[in-house]
Amino acid sequence: MSTHKISVDVNGTPQSGEVDSRMLLVHFLREELRMTGTHIGCDTTSCGACTVILNGRAVKSCTVFAVQADGAKVETVEGLEQGGTLHPLQEGFWEKHGLQCGYCTPGMLMCAKYLLSKNPDPSEAEIRAGISGNLCRCTGYNNIVEAIRYAAEKMATPQEVAR
Amino acid sequence: MNHVADRFEKHSPVPEGSSANVPTTDELRITTPPKVCGMGHRMKRKEDPRFIRGRGNYVDDVKLPGMLHMDIVRSPYAHAKILKIDASEALKIPGVLAVITGEDLKKAGNLHWMPTLMSDTQMVLPIDKVVYQAQEVCAIIATDRYIAADAIEKVVVDYEPLPVVVDPFEALKDNVIVRDDKELKTNHIWHWEAGDKEATDQVFKDAATVIEEKMHIPRIHVSSIETCGMVANYDTAMQHMQIYMTSQAPHAHRTVFALVSGLPEHKIQIISPDIGGGFGGKVPVYPGYVICAVASLVTGKPVKWVEDRSENLQADSFARDYHITCRLAADKDGKITGMQVKTLADHGAADAAANPSKFPAGLFSIATGSYDMKAAHIEVDAAYTNKPPGGVAYRCSFRVTEAVHMIERMTDVLAHQLGEDPAAFRMKNFIKPEQFPYKSPTGWDYDSGNYHAALQKAMDVIGYHDLRKEQAEKRARGELMGIGISSFTEVVGAGPSRDYDILGIKMFDSAEIRIHPTGKAIARFGTKSQGQGHETTYAQILAEELGLPAQDIQVEEGDTDTAPYGLGTYASRSTPTAGAAAAMAARKIRAKAKKIAAYLLEVNEDDLEWKVDRFEVKGAPDQHKTIQDIAFAAYTNHPPGMEAGLEATDYYDPPNLTFPFGSYICVVDIDKGTGEVKVRRFVAVDDCGNIINPMVVEGQIHGGLTMGLAPALFEEIVYDENGQNLSGTFSDYLLPTAMETPKWETDRTITPSPHHPIGAKGVGESPTVGAPPAIANAVVDALWHLGVRHIDIPITPQKVWKLLRAKGVND
Repeated sequence: MSTHKISVDVNGTPQSGEVDSRMLLVHFLREELRMTGTHIGCDTTSCGACTVILNGRAVKSCTVFAVQADGAKVETVEGLEQGGTLHPLQEGFWEKHGLQCGYCTPGMLMCAKYLLSKNPDPSEAEIRAGISGNLCRCTGYNNIVEAIRYAAEKMATPQEVAR
Repeated sequence: MNHVADRFEKHSPVPEGSSANVPTTDELRITTPPKVCGMGHRMKRKEDPRFIRGRGNYVDDVKLPGMLHMDIVRSPYAHAKILKIDASEALKIPGVLAVITGEDLKKAGNLHWMPTLMSDTQMVLPIDKVVYQAQEVCAIIATDRYIAADAIEKVVVDYEPLPVVVDPFEALKDNVIVRDDKELKTNHIWHWEAGDKEATDQVFKDAATVIEEKMHIPRIHVSSIETCGMVANYDTAMQHMQIYMTSQAPHAHRTVFALVSGLPEHKIQIISPDIGGGFGGKVPVYPGYVICAVASLVTGKPVKWVEDRSENLQADSFARDYHITCRLAADKDGKITGMQVKTLADHGAADAAANPSKFPAGLFSIATGSYDMKAAHIEVDAAYTNKPPGGVAYRCSFRVTEAVHMIERMTDVLAHQLGEDPAAFRMKNFIKPEQFPYKSPTGWDYDSGNYHAALQKAMDVIGYHDLRKEQAEKRARGELMGIGISSFTEVVGAGPSRDYDILGIKMFDSAEIRIHPTGKAIARFGTKSQGQGHETTYAQILAEELGLPAQDIQVEEGDTDTAPYGLGTYASRSTPTAGAAAAMAARKIRAKAKKIAAYLLEVNEDDLEWKVDRFEVKGAPDQHKTIQDIAFAAYTNHPPGMEAGLEATDYYDPPNLTFPFGSYICVVDIDKGTGEVKVRRFVAVDDCGNIINPMVVEGQIHGGLTMGLAPALFEEIVYDENGQNLSGTFSDYLLPTAMETPKWETDRTITPSPHHPIGAKGVGESPTVGAPPAIANAVVDALWHLGVRHIDIPITPQKVWKLLRAKGVND
């Protein structure tokens, strides 16, 4: 087993490490960087609990090797809040009761952030399609859809600085 | 009968007033201002700030210094002798420290077997044979989870395959004995009956109409998005075992660990941190937990074990798996008169359900549901098969889902057969509000109910009669549209100590409140939220009772060293038990607060009255002491002769169970070409008594409905004839995504519980219980004219497509 030195920009902070070639990105984040906001739910790319944004695209970090993120930009749930201000998605999930046990929430938030980056004004059907790779067992999705609409509307108002 | 002696269900008498005719309203009761945020307010959840920031603390987030990792070798066979376990190659891998086998556990004090919560036994690790595929065979302890995973591949186990029995009817022939460790060489576990056989036989003799259906409620799996796991941390110096565990019942688990391991109970601390969904799957003690704790004891180091999804789906407790034959009798006016049920329960390799001891089939005898009938007789036999042990609940109170599915399906079949509208048929057969106090033919004292009001509301909201017209038009054009109703009655909140215990521990629950000098408070409970929002809703109950802002009350659960003893959160029992304890403890505090206020205001206690957050002198509201004033005085200026402080504890023993109910109406369209069922609309009217937080209640209902949709259309754990699980990943075991899930429409009626201190009933599981028959009834309603009477869930496109073709329907 060979090891590799990698450098990754995580939420704007340069991080580096010496990792086994087989180490998964989600384990690099959780075990090496101790950023445990990104969760593991199925190990098989089905549930989306481990969703992060890699170079602008939502990926399931349980099926990305850490070495594949070498030189890349990774965004995780820990980077959503900026300067003590919640991201409109975080606000939306709180306002609209878009979470219960909280386990799928970080992955949902990152998936939704990616969705809004591609489609700032999604319909209900587009939101449902957009988050269909992320499983939630508690909420029945109604309020997650509402939460993402809340964020889309908030991010569209001119007073708000889009992030 | 292997281990259940009392096979006839008996219910002790309930105290007077705990079943009553209670008026129904639509309006939320709100008595506190938003600042206080007592009951009825849509308070944003207090737990959310950590979750939306990714700062929850789940078991897999725990990392202790020097922590080791455990992985488990599992059996590829459903039934096989173990000839030899050779871990020598695994132990050569750098970083692999130990292998733990059944022999090792036996030497450590017969820990290779453990009791289940149903007083059956289950292997922790086998010595002679395995009895289900994916059974734990041995465990590897290593410095890293990757190394542990490598090592389990290097363990060589010699098996001698044995004949496998998968079908419970086949199992009852006893050709293959699953549990040859038992004295009686039979797969029959127990026989159980409820109701009156003779009276029921007579009703069936006198009946004008009798219908019979066979149905299978298949094996399903809760699949919380967080799997099960543990970090066990044994301190050899202090001989103290600290355990982080995905546990819905940490106190009960501590007692089980103490009894099984022999460790003194005060030296065991179980911490159930944030839990990523439970739904019943985190009530049992699984072998992995026991092995992990032993591994820490043996190594003297912290050891982590977290299942992967396939292990979770293949080895953890399943739910349901009831094979039912149900008969319903009616008189010449189409009034239901009686019910006869015979059921075979497939428990897998051990009866590892989590029912109250006296109820081996759970609360299945609630099966007469919302309908008034003369007599019922219900029998269940349980069998061992070569499948993982069970069965726990799947977001439901002890087998109520099976009962509700049966009666709601049967009611629909009977209505259709008699040519009556299913809604009108239900209205005719419902228990009437004026029949309360109501005792069911199987002995249940329903606390309160108004089934007509809930169904009428659901019909009004969805526009029932217009939908029937649309359906007739569509049918004339050859289109398949169905309307399904489910008018369920739940039974939750176990339970009164006279009848309810788990392993002898009575099913009370507890609250402990401490009010600090500055008028802030901490409250601890014996339950454990897994997403239900207890940190918010318990605070709201206390705010209602004490006038302290809910924001000022810190709620804690899950640490057995600090929280009062309780049986935990499952079966919708938190609000009926611990929620009641919260109110009762708060009332103890208020009684003391009144004495302090009287002392401070220099008046007689009788001259005071309570107003939201203060005691006022009657007729002189200017003269008052707020709860905050009183809290400060309790520590700084308390009356002579009185103990200082403002604290109370309550262990609440409910006088009766609670009986939430509701009516759901579902509209489906069926694609004749593919057999796909599309849920077009779903209206859920729930009545859970008084509401603590409508936002949280709606959220619970949305989630519960989705966990009702799932087994109705998608989910089933399937085995082949060799006992191989064919649905061991999320690619094969299909949880609904946001795409398949409809936009749920919710509404309510409010019929408070007459015996609960705040009139609440519990809600988390009603929708999971009520939704599947609404969906199944809608599908059958769409196909009845083709001669379809019943379809077993999950109603997959394949099943519908085949049925349509068999009935001569093509695109």
